[in-house]
Amino acid sequence: MSVPGTENAAAQQANGQQPAPPDSDDDILVRIENVKKYFPIKSVGFTRRTVGQVHAVDDVSLTIPRGRTLGLVGETGCGKSTLARCVAGLIPITSGSITFDGQKISGLSRRAMQPFRREIQMIFQDPYGSLNPRQRVGSIIGEPFAIHNMASGNDRKKRVQELMERVGLNPEHFNRFPAEFSGGQRQRIGVARALAVRPKLIICDEPVSALDVSIQAQVLNLLADLQDEFGLSYLFIAHDLEVVRHVSHAVAVMYLGRIAEAGPKDPVYDHPRHPYTAALLSAAPAADPRTAAQRQRIILVGDVPSPIDPPSGCRFHPRCPKAQDLCQHEDPPLEVKPGDPVTHQAACHFPVQDGEDLATAGSATSAAGSRESA
Amino acid sequence: MSITELEFEAASAESAPEQAIEGRSQWQLTWRRLSHDKVAVISLIIIVIMIALAIAAPAFAALTGHPPNSAYPNTGENAAGLPVSPGTNGFWLGTDGTGRDLLVRILYGARISLFVGVLTTVIATVAGVTIGMVAGYFGGVVDTVLSRFVDAVLAFPYVVLALALAVVLGPSLPVIIGVISFFSWAGISRIVRGQTLSIKEKEYIEAARSLGAGPFRIMFVHILPNLLAPVLVLATLYIPQAIIFEATLSYLGLGIQQPTASWGNILGDAQNFYQQAWWYVVFPAAALLITTLAFNLLGDGIRDAMDPRTERIFAASRARKLARARRRSRRRGQGDLPTASAPGEA
Amino acid sequence: MTLLEVKDLKVSFPTADGVVRAVRGVSFTVDAGRTLGIVGESGSGKSVMTQTLLGLTPGGEISGSAVFDGVDLLTLGEDEMRKVRGAQISVIFQDPLTSMHPLYRVGWQISELIRAHDKSVSKREARERSIDLLRRVGIPRPETRVDDYPHQFSGGMRQRAIIAMALALSPKLIIADEPTTALDATVQAQILDLLLELQRESDTALIMITHDMGVVADIADDVMVMYAGRAAERAGKDDIFYAPHHPYTKGLLESIPNSSAGGDRLKPITGQPPSLIRLPSGCKFHPRCGYVMDRCLSEEPTLRPVGDDGYHVSACWLPTAAAGLSEQAEEIRKKTVRAERSEASEQIAEEIAAAPESEGSVI
Repeated sequence: MSVPGTENAAAQQANGQQPAPPDSDDDILVRIENVKKYFPIKSVGFTRRTVGQVHAVDDVSLTIPRGRTLGLVGETGCGKSTLARCVAGLIPITSGSITFDGQKISGLSRRAMQPFRREIQMIFQDPYGSLNPRQRVGSIIGEPFAIHNMASGNDRKKRVQELMERVGLNPEHFNRFPAEFSGGQRQRIGVARALAVRPKLIICDEPVSALDVSIQAQVLNLLADLQDEFGLSYLFIAHDLEVVRHVSHAVAVMYLGRIAEAGPKDPVYDHPRHPYTAALLSAAPAADPRTAAQRQRIILVGDVPSPIDPPSGCRFHPRCPKAQDLCQHEDPPLEVKPGDPVTHQAACHFPVQDGEDLATAGSATSAAGSRESA
Repeated sequence: MSITELEFEAASAESAPEQAIEGRSQWQLTWRRLSHDKVAVISLIIIVIMIALAIAAPAFAALTGHPPNSAYPNTGENAAGLPVSPGTNGFWLGTDGTGRDLLVRILYGARISLFVGVLTTVIATVAGVTIGMVAGYFGGVVDTVLSRFVDAVLAFPYVVLALALAVVLGPSLPVIIGVISFFSWAGISRIVRGQTLSIKEKEYIEAARSLGAGPFRIMFVHILPNLLAPVLVLATLYIPQAIIFEATLSYLGLGIQQPTASWGNILGDAQNFYQQAWWYVVFPAAALLITTLAFNLLGDGIRDAMDPRTERIFAASRARKLARARRRSRRRGQGDLPTASAPGEA
Repeated sequence: MTLLEVKDLKVSFPTADGVVRAVRGVSFTVDAGRTLGIVGESGSGKSVMTQTLLGLTPGGEISGSAVFDGVDLLTLGEDEMRKVRGAQISVIFQDPLTSMHPLYRVGWQISELIRAHDKSVSKREARERSIDLLRRVGIPRPETRVDDYPHQFSGGMRQRAIIAMALALSPKLIIADEPTTALDATVQAQILDLLLELQRESDTALIMITHDMGVVADIADDVMVMYAGRAAERAGKDDIFYAPHHPYTKGLLESIPNSSAGGDRLKPITGQPPSLIRLPSGCKFHPRCGYVMDRCLSEEPTLRPVGDDGYHVSACWLPTAAAGLSEQAEEIRKKTVRAERSEASEQIAEEIAAAPESEGSVI
């Protein structure tokens, strides 16, 4: 994955780039501590008893530094969107705590949460579904003002038009309906709406995955500019690893409700310690035929297990090319591996070494893996 | 046709170009599609004419010199005391059993019918939308209680109950409006609840919640406007039902009472004379039929106009015919046997 | 051996708002055992084009020819087309959930497909073949899985089952329309590997429609880049990635976030794809093109050879020497553009340069 010889240099460079240690409270905007979110499964019958629980987010701790971007990566159903909604206060958490700007926001009532709603905004994935088709663009972008009683009448209109201009929309179009805009323009409307009340944190849930490549780049650049201009923090969720690498300062990899690996982006991308991170990176399509031809893909066997009844021990062990007996019984803690910077943590008993060939190891255990997954 | 073929059909219907839909607000688009639908346009014209005639009923009374409740024993009844036929003695549509001008009475009946039809539908729609939206949005206990109530109302044998109520409360216009409204809202409410449940899951509702919008803002700013289209269709289809409901009650003598004219009580009286005076039955029945049919066809037209899929299906079938004709002519041009493989009707 | 030869294919749809010209004259060939990647953004006409080949665009006005194995697909009636679909050409769609019937067992669906095209196969035989196919696409325990319903399969497995269906009748050509877009990266990798392996085994031709340059880099032999209903550029894979001639191809490559390229800012293409009802004059890409020249405003370029092999063709007025991502090529482009611009094109170029991030307006 990485070119031999440059590894050390890259690691040192990554060390040098690191933000301040996570303990200084001033630099941390959001602190997520041991957050769990279980969804009960009710029986269909009359009694509607709880018959099981979906472990959507299971003991996750993360921090989002001020003015920076935390990228959250993982596959469908890993719990990344659920975690985002917990942080946004859209769904209550089962246990743990979320602190925003030094104040605990988990467990607050709707009324008590209201001031924080201004500080935390969201941008959604679907540029078609996230805008009310019956509202004019002006009232969509002006809605946060209406909810928080901030600006009204001509003042509101003026500010809406300023926002439209800022995100690259024609301010003359404030009277139009969302259907009259293309996907990229709608996503800009969503960005303008999130920006309206000057939030500190914007949660971006797959903001560009529904857009065409060239439009995607426009929106990513816009998000980067806005971060510089307003000192925004982003929690950026995506499944496209290259996009996340481009926008993030730090990344966290989620698997089945847990954090598999987290840290500053370069160490994680260049020296993945968790076999799942390594597999994800090796599977990401590269828009370069030579890279694609040379690369050894780690093909994971089987499917992601059900979050209703997650595997014992390490949750990745049924699919892991490096799994051993220990992994079945003991859940590995998220910790710094030898030789890594203190902010780079991985939850693995047998971390991947630089240059290790997992692709071949994978095929050796594939038979066992498919038996397990079946 | 195997399953795979079905999929192909489905996939191709999905993939028709969507660019055409962009560009205007949905109401404008709906209106445009509606104006291309001949049946709907004719229905709309008929309804407008009906309303105009109902409004102009006093003018007709003045024109003919026959107030609605005046009987004309000399000119309006023949020697045997039976109604006179249309065109006789200045009675354009003849007279009724007591020698009153049938045309004037039908037009005054139209006022009652349309008024009851529209007003009860408005009341039922407001009630149905409110209750359905509240049940759908809040869910849980609220939903359970309201939905069971709706089920109960829908389970009533409503004609029997309406008759009983009319007997107990005494027949009058407010009672009729109340009874019809009470038995109409539940159906609307059930449909609105279902729509609300699906709209509630849309991402823009979540977006509004993340902005801090409260339940009432979400219901009235975000859910209600998106409900208007289906509710409008529903309401258009409820008007004729209410008109017929009123006519039924009046026909049975438990609705609008003589001497006030209503299509139902005119028809009720006419049944004693149908062997002698065909016009006494035919004209009020035709008025009722044409009006309800026009509302029903207009409702269907609005529904089709609001659903872009139907247009696509029409366009597709039109074009398929075109393509078939083109292919046939091309094959003929190549000298193949045109009859050998006439494409089957899909 | 040329398996499919499409010539000057045009598809348009009459709508209430005007004629949507989805495909405006596309020609290409696919050889047995090769993979053609068709790349383009939404509205480029890539999906409509392949659906037209299969008779799946009811409502479209179609012209041109598409000769598959000696037969012009565009002249086939529905019954004849039905025999070709599935048996000789099969399709894999993007969404694995809607491509299978939810109420029938997976194995039954595959068996039924086999038996629909060959009545002589017994039910037992068809079932055996279904199990074999499921095994071939890597579904564990196919003997029991064959009796599952589609919802019991995960997304990746469902897409594998779809591929099994596509392979059931040993087609000569498989058309895959964004087959991995709905899937996660690790599953996507599995599916692409599977397609490549199966293709190698059976010498099938594959048309891969995608918006993802990464997928193309992985599995295509040849690539056709489409823009506004036409081919902008067509070449072998390496030429497309390392010596692109058309500014649109170049723009697509540059707008992809790429860690090795470095740099904080991405280079997006300005503006957005044009409305297919009201297309711009001349070259359809000129309102977004940084190398716009005078003739681009009035004359639409056609494909012409730009490489040494004769296969690399591009529809752009820039000189053939301007192919590539090197500084030399950029120098040639700049020089040509300087010589070929007057006021009108200069103004467009200035607007693009002034607001590289802006999105423009379709309306």
